[in-house]
Amino acid sequence: MELRRRDFMDFKEVLKHLSEAGGVSGQEGPVRYIASDALGKYADDVRVDTFGNIVALKRATIQRTNESPRVMLAAHYDEIGLIVTKIEERGFLRFSTVGGVDPRTLPGQEVVVQGREPFVGIIGAKPPHVQSPGESKNVIKLEELFIDIGLSEDEAKKFIKVGDLVNFKRDFVELSDNMVAGKSMDDRAGLVVILKALKELSMLNHQVDVYAVATVQEEVGVRGATVSTYGITPDIGIAIDVTHGHMEGVSKRDTVQMGGGSAISIGPHVHPKLFQSFVDISREVNIPYQIEASPTPAGTDAFAIQITREGVASALISIPLRYMHTSVEVASMDDIKEAGRLIAAFIARIDQQYVEELKCF
Amino acid sequence: MKEVLRKLSETYGPSGHEYRIREIIKEEISGFVDEIREDTMGNLIAVKRASRGKAEAKVMVAAHMDEIGLIVTHIDDNGFIRFSNIGGVSPFISIGQRVIFSNGAIGTVYHEPIEDISKLKLENMYIDIGAQDKESAMKIVKIGDAAGFHRPLEWVGERGIGKSMDNRAGCAVAVETIKKVGRTPNDVYFVFTSQEEVGLRGARTAAYGIAPDVGIAVDVTSTGDTPEAKTMAVKLGGGTAIKVRDASVICNPLVRERLIEIAEANGIPYQLEILERGGTDAGSIHLTREGIPSGVISVPCRYIHSPSEMIDYYDMVNSIELLTKALQSPFKMFAGS
Amino acid sequence: MLLKRLSEAFAVSSREDEVREILRQELKEVTNEIRTDVLGNLIANNKFNEGMPKVMLCAHMDEIGLMVTYIEDNGVLRFESVGSIDQRVLVSKAVRIGKNKVPGVIGAKAIHLQEPDERKKILKIRDLYIDVGAKDKKSAEKIVNIGDYVTFDTHFQELPGDHVKGKAFDDRIGCLILVEAMKRLRDSDLNIYAVFSTQEEVGTRGAGVAAYAIDPDLALVIEATTASDVPSVDKALYSTAVGKGPAITVMDRSFIAHQGIRERLESVATEHGIPYQLRQLLGGGTDAGKIHLTREGIPSGGISVPCRYIHSPVSIASMDDVNNAVELVVRFVESIEQKGLPRI
Repeated sequence: MELRRRDFMDFKEVLKHLSEAGGVSGQEGPVRYIASDALGKYADDVRVDTFGNIVALKRATIQRTNESPRVMLAAHYDEIGLIVTKIEERGFLRFSTVGGVDPRTLPGQEVVVQGREPFVGIIGAKPPHVQSPGESKNVIKLEELFIDIGLSEDEAKKFIKVGDLVNFKRDFVELSDNMVAGKSMDDRAGLVVILKALKELSMLNHQVDVYAVATVQEEVGVRGATVSTYGITPDIGIAIDVTHGHMEGVSKRDTVQMGGGSAISIGPHVHPKLFQSFVDISREVNIPYQIEASPTPAGTDAFAIQITREGVASALISIPLRYMHTSVEVASMDDIKEAGRLIAAFIARIDQQYVEELKCF
Repeated sequence: MKEVLRKLSETYGPSGHEYRIREIIKEEISGFVDEIREDTMGNLIAVKRASRGKAEAKVMVAAHMDEIGLIVTHIDDNGFIRFSNIGGVSPFISIGQRVIFSNGAIGTVYHEPIEDISKLKLENMYIDIGAQDKESAMKIVKIGDAAGFHRPLEWVGERGIGKSMDNRAGCAVAVETIKKVGRTPNDVYFVFTSQEEVGLRGARTAAYGIAPDVGIAVDVTSTGDTPEAKTMAVKLGGGTAIKVRDASVICNPLVRERLIEIAEANGIPYQLEILERGGTDAGSIHLTREGIPSGVISVPCRYIHSPSEMIDYYDMVNSIELLTKALQSPFKMFAGS
Repeated sequence: MLLKRLSEAFAVSSREDEVREILRQELKEVTNEIRTDVLGNLIANNKFNEGMPKVMLCAHMDEIGLMVTYIEDNGVLRFESVGSIDQRVLVSKAVRIGKNKVPGVIGAKAIHLQEPDERKKILKIRDLYIDVGAKDKKSAEKIVNIGDYVTFDTHFQELPGDHVKGKAFDDRIGCLILVEAMKRLRDSDLNIYAVFSTQEEVGTRGAGVAAYAIDPDLALVIEATTASDVPSVDKALYSTAVGKGPAITVMDRSFIAHQGIRERLESVATEHGIPYQLRQLLGGGTDAGKIHLTREGIPSGGISVPCRYIHSPVSIASMDDVNNAVELVVRFVESIEQKGLPRI
């Protein structure tokens, strides 16, 4: 709890703290305090629902009707990780994955086991000296890996239970050209976009209530957004997530440009008018953007938001990211800030009439 | 309890055709509950009101009634029946099985000659009901009819082997709990759900209608104690299992901890369960409306989705004990938020 | 002919505007109120009858198609599918791109230039591209954008024996049936909601939210379904056959039809001499999958018209089946007026 009411110097520092904290889907606690503190700075009210979603409300500054329209901003704060499935003789921990983990990234990875207290561990495998010839050419299977926390079986059983979650351990690093690297940029970067948007909005007037939501359990099937959207019943829902940025060995047709600004999605899970508004506003206020074609709706909070109750007009803004779902995800602080500006500019421009027209096809 | 389990296990009830199971359960629990009703999905909802005045919380207990099965898609000129699956049916496990239709017709399942048996698919298989030709077959079954495995329940020591332990074992746990639990501080909605095996469907609409403060599903789970089994900490006979997560749900930590505390306080043997594949009704319940904190009590079961599913009597007893004690404690921490 | 206009209209999932406009015009005279919702569903109802049951009839407006995802330096367009398409049917087809319907073709290396082995390999969607004739990226960008939706350029035509051919019969045929049924049911005492849903082909997205808003007592989904009565398909695998009447759904991957509705449909068909078949193929899902799980559960059923070569650029159906389906829908709704809602 010593993190409560913490003040951060700048968005990079917030992102560092968010990135380094553990928050595997289903046990997002450690990140929750940091995220709710950060959101609380710009919101009129912050609550946590029974699922663990953090809902921060920033009320309309101009109220024209009894009830202001509602805009929900959603970024998930859970991360992929591991879960303890068995405590073996001599205290080694067997595990399986939570969310889309590539087993090839695991050997030699440092982790934190969230037991009765956090334990640092190392993911081990059979050493090269005792492998049979040619074995090193094969991918090590998940079943062959284990976590070593240096405790005996008895001690391990005292502090660790089956079902305890394990997050990767990685220090946040600043790279050149305002790029940053670390774990869980997916989607803590999105959370920082929301913070930036709220900060911008504190200097602007807006006619809509803004519900900034840090969602949970996205990595296991967009579950947090499903229930929080039901509770909030927004008129518009904007998911902020990450997408693949240009990287070595991957075709340009599958990626967007790092530092090229927010990727604005077009596809079935995006309301056509919202897409157009984001493009128009980017041009108008000179914010860099790129267009991402997403023909198949799935995999982000926008997917869940869109079909809640009687339907919600949804949009998806993504931050370019390299090496997704590894512990060294790379993002550009410039992209993050520009996306925040874009969302704030959008919110400041819309009103009741705009919301009504979203139903007119 | 063994007799209830026998009746439930041996009775026909593929997804969407749960009416006979509903009847058995209704008969078993009548007199022990305050209200009983059915909904459009075929769920059976039995309510036990709280002991005095205002309930501390509204708790939904869900056990699915349906079983996996086969559905007739075509009857050929010689009277052989082609079929598709209802839920997760393995072609290999189906070879040579007896199946039964709702009207009592019996058939056996077999396959066309095949060179590489590992390529066997349901579409290369058929049900033989002993009919001479299409016309006589059509008098017995028609397209769209469903069949289930046909097997008696047998006890080998304290272990029961039978069909549809998934999830008649869970139904039996809920039924016995209803008889035993008495008045509690909570309003308890026991829901015997439909269509779990085809996508957790019944629980979803029931949870929406009831809007409980907390959900507890009762289902079976796999074990990791058979030869060369995949790593899993659950053993048959090791006690009731408290679920941590499966593919459909991460159980609410508060509900899970509550169940663990109750098990420990009452000396009920339990094991923590992580199921890699498969889901349960809690997967639907916890995503209903604004989200409903949910947990799962599981009965360990070997050879799930075969006609010879094996459970341990004492695991069931412990599951009843845990569910009973859990319901008898106030679930106030979740109410009215 | 209404089916011709519906079939030739451009309505890839989430861009259903053209079909919506045609339907809106057709329904103006026969319904009381027409509205759209935030997903673009078009919802029309007859006069409001206080206290009477609400019946939702649903057909989806959208069709499968493609989306431009990248423009290569040489001006050709890379694409992905919107909805599920057998990638083997794509090559050598003409398409239209975006709002301005820019013409293009999906080409492939000429057979003369291929190595013998190459001919045996399927052409994957990733290897295909659309040629709009642009000489380079810059010139392509003047006429098309990333994110443009693409539809097949297929003309509707009447064929011998009451057959018709065209694109997007899945589910423009359902839309047609629903319009014709509403014309006949305009004076019904029930509250009938005709829902023309969006985004069915990308995961039955539209119908669920419409059902949530309407909260009907019963829903009937009208679909086009696979007819596999073609050579080389084992008879045992026939799902439905063209010309043998509308198919009544027993079960598919997304729902088990409400037994009362299914039985009522069968008895109504028998009573009025309407030929019907039972839908045997259990793959695929329909809007009913979402609708029946809405709120506390909505009793749902389905009827579908068999079409050959569904989910390809062109399919074939029988107008006899269509007319029989209209009859079945109308008689079914009338039976609710007379006998009440079907029970299990």
